Amino acid sequence: MKYLDEYRDGDVAKKIVGEMRRIQTRPWILMEVCGGQTHSIVKHGIDHLLPEGVELVHGPGCPVCVTPLEMIDKAHAIAQQRDVIFCSFGDMLRVPGSDGDLFTIKSRGGDVRVVYSPLDCLKIARANPAKQVVFFAIGFETTAPANAMLAWRAREEQIENVSLLVSHVLVPPALEAILSSPDNRVQGFLGPGHVCAVMGYREYDPISARYHVPIVVTGFEPIDILHGTLMTLQQLEQGRAVVENQYSRVLGPDGNVPAQNLVRRVFVVGDRKWRGIGTIPMSGFHLRDEFAQHDAEKLFDVAEIATLEPEICISGEILRGIKKPHDCPAFGTLCTPQRPLGATMVSAEGACAAYYAYGRHLKPESLHQIAAQAPANGVAAHG
Amino acid sequence: MASPRISARDEEQPLEEKPSPAVFGSCPLPIFDHPQIVLGHGSGGKLTADLIDHIFLPAFRNPILDKLDDQAVLTIGGARLAFTTDSFVVTPIFFPGGDIGRLAVHGTVNDLAMSGARPLYLSAAFILEEGLAVDDLRRVVESMRAAAAEAGVEFVTGDTKVVNRGKGDQVFITTTGIGVIENGVHISADRARPGDQIILSGFIGDHGMAIMSQREGLEFEGAIASDCASLHGLVANMLATSTADGVDFIHCLRDPTRGGAATTLNEIAKRAGVGMLLREQSIPVRESVKGACEVLGLDPLYVANEGKLVAVVAPEMAHAVLAQMHQHPLGQDAVIVGEVIAEHPGMVLMKTAIGGTRVLDVMFGEQLPRIC
Repeated sequence: MKYLDEYRDGDVAKKIVGEMRRIQTRPWILMEVCGGQTHSIVKHGIDHLLPEGVELVHGPGCPVCVTPLEMIDKAHAIAQQRDVIFCSFGDMLRVPGSDGDLFTIKSRGGDVRVVYSPLDCLKIARANPAKQVVFFAIGFETTAPANAMLAWRAREEQIENVSLLVSHVLVPPALEAILSSPDNRVQGFLGPGHVCAVMGYREYDPISARYHVPIVVTGFEPIDILHGTLMTLQQLEQGRAVVENQYSRVLGPDGNVPAQNLVRRVFVVGDRKWRGIGTIPMSGFHLRDEFAQHDAEKLFDVAEIATLEPEICISGEILRGIKKPHDCPAFGTLCTPQRPLGATMVSAEGACAAYYAYGRHLKPESLHQIAAQAPANGVAAHG
Repeated sequence: MASPRISARDEEQPLEEKPSPAVFGSCPLPIFDHPQIVLGHGSGGKLTADLIDHIFLPAFRNPILDKLDDQAVLTIGGARLAFTTDSFVVTPIFFPGGDIGRLAVHGTVNDLAMSGARPLYLSAAFILEEGLAVDDLRRVVESMRAAAAEAGVEFVTGDTKVVNRGKGDQVFITTTGIGVIENGVHISADRARPGDQIILSGFIGDHGMAIMSQREGLEFEGAIASDCASLHGLVANMLATSTADGVDFIHCLRDPTRGGAATTLNEIAKRAGVGMLLREQSIPVRESVKGACEVLGLDPLYVANEGKLVAVVAPEMAHAVLAQMHQHPLGQDAVIVGEVIAEHPGMVLMKTAIGGTRVLDVMFGEQLPRIC
C-alpha cells in the first residue's frame, strides 16, 4: 500500500541498522515517548532488530494508560446514569475501573457508544434532545483540537445537551518529570510525532538544552522509528543535544497554528494526575470557565472517589523508563490484558499490554513461569 | 461458529480458582468475571472461549463435543455424518456482497465443509421482530433459496417465532445442517503436526470490513464487498488432489469467521499443541481492506471472513493442494502463509515484513479502534 509499504521495507531497515552498528561506540538508552510508537515497535519486532547496546524503553505516552483510575470511575458513574449517552474513543471501553469497564456498564443498560470523531457527539445530541451526551475527552495534545472543537461548536451552536469529561495531559511536563528524576536512565528521546504535528516542536528546545538530551521527533512506521533511533544515536555519539525532526513529511517546527489557537481558547493548562506516576504540575488541560455549561465534571455531581493501585504493580517505573515489563513479577501471570493490575497493561498501547500481545515468546522463562504458576493460583495467560 | 469454539485454555488448569485476594490486599482493580454478558462474549475471541469453558462445556461435556471442532462428527449405522448449527444476528441485514440470509446458508454449509463433508440438508429457524417489512423478509428468504440452490443443499424443516418490537433486531436466523463424510477423510484441529504447511484460501478481512464500513457510516473509496460464499466445492477440489496415500493429507480445515485468521490459527495451535510461524508478507490483504483497517485502527488478521478457509496440509502435498485450489474460483488467490513448528506450542508467531518476530494472540473481546 502506497505511503505505507515504503516505511515497512526490510531492506531499508537493514541499511539503517547497519549504519547504527557502524557509528555506535557504547551502549545507549533511548525512550520512545508515544504509545503509538511502542505499539509499532513491538508489533513489528523492531526492538529485536536494534544492535546490542541500543535499548528502547517505553514512555508515558499512552493516553488510555495514564488516565487516572479516579477519572475512569467518574466516567463509569456518569455512564450508568439514566438519560446519559456516554461517548468514548474505542479503546477506553475496556479499561477497568473499580467496578468493571464501560462494556459492563453497557451490559447493565447504560448507553455507551464508540465514536471515531468527538464531533459525532453533536449529531447524537441533536437526535436525542432529552438526553445528555457526555464525551470522554482524553488524550495528549494530539486529540486536544478535535475535543476542543466539540466544546466550541456545542457552545456556538447552542447544543446544550453536550458535555465533556476532560482528562487531557501534555507531553513536555512528563518529559521533564522523567528527566528530573534521580533514577532517570534515559539518554535520548524519540519525540511524539503526532503531538508535534499539532503543537510543533519548539517547546522541546528548552528541555533538550536544560538536560542536554537529544530529542528527535519521530513517526510511527517501522522505518520512521529506526530512522529516528539512528538520528538520536548520531547526536549522542557526536555529543550533540538538539531537537531534530525525523517526521518532516508530516510536520514542521510550528505545528498546526489554527488548531493550537482553538485549543487555547477552549482549554487552560493546570495540574493533572497521571495514573502510575502521580500529579505533575501544569501537565494537562481543563475546560475554561466559559465552557462550564459543557463541563461534565461540573454538571454531574460525582463525588471524588479514592482509589488505590495494587502494590505489586511497577507501571509507574515502566512509564518513566526505569523498568521494563519483563522486570515485573506479575507480568503475564497475575497481570494480563484481561486482568490488568496497572496502567501499562490496560490499553493496547501500554508497554505491558504490547509486550504481552506481541513479544512474550521472546522470554521463554516467563512462559514457563506462567505454566508453573497456573495450577497454584489459577491465573493463566488467558485470565 | 457451529459447535462451541475452541478454548484458549490449557486443559489441566482448574477453572474455578481465582487469585487469592490476599495477594493484592485491598486491590481495587476488578477481577474480570463479568456478572453480565457483554458483547465481547459473542466476538469469537477469548471471552467466547471463557463462556464455553465455564458454562457450556461443564453442562454438556461428552467425547464428541469435547473435540470442539466447527461441527460434530457422528457415526450412525456405518455412515459418518457432520452435524452443525449456527445463529446469525448481523446488522445491517443487507450489506455489500450479501445479506443475513445468504450468510445463514454459507455459514452452516462452511462449518460442515470444514470436516470435509458433503453438505446435504439444512433447517432454518427465524426470530422475527414485530414491524419487520415483509418485503425485507421475502428478500432474505429468496437469497437463502438461491444460496442453498448454489450449494446443492435443501431446507427440509424450520420454525418461526415473532417477538415484540424492540426485543429483537429485525430478523435473527438459526440454521442447522448435516452432511456426509467420505471414508478416509479425517480432518480435525488437533491433527496439525510440525512441518505441516498453512494455506490461506484468499484475501482476508473482506466480510468484516464490508460490515464495518456500513455500520460506521464510513464510505471507503472502492467499496469493500463481503466474501461470503459456500466453500464445500473448494474443499471437494482439495480432497481430490491425486495421491497414492489416500485422502489423509489435509489435517485441519477452518473457516476464519469471527476473531479472524489469527484467532482461528491460535485455536488450531492450542488444540494440536504445536506452534505456528507465519510470514507477514505472504498474507493476502486487499489494498482497500488494508487502508480501511489502518484508518480504523484494526488488524485485518482479526477481522471476520465468511468465504475463506485455513488449511493445515502435510508438507509433501502442500504444493499439489495449492495447485488444486487455484483451479477453483474461491481458491484462486490461495497462498502458503507459514508452517507448523514444534517450538512455542500453543502460540502463533509471525515474521514481520521488516524482519522482526511477534506473537499473534487470540482476540480478547471486541476488536477496538485505538485512540492514536
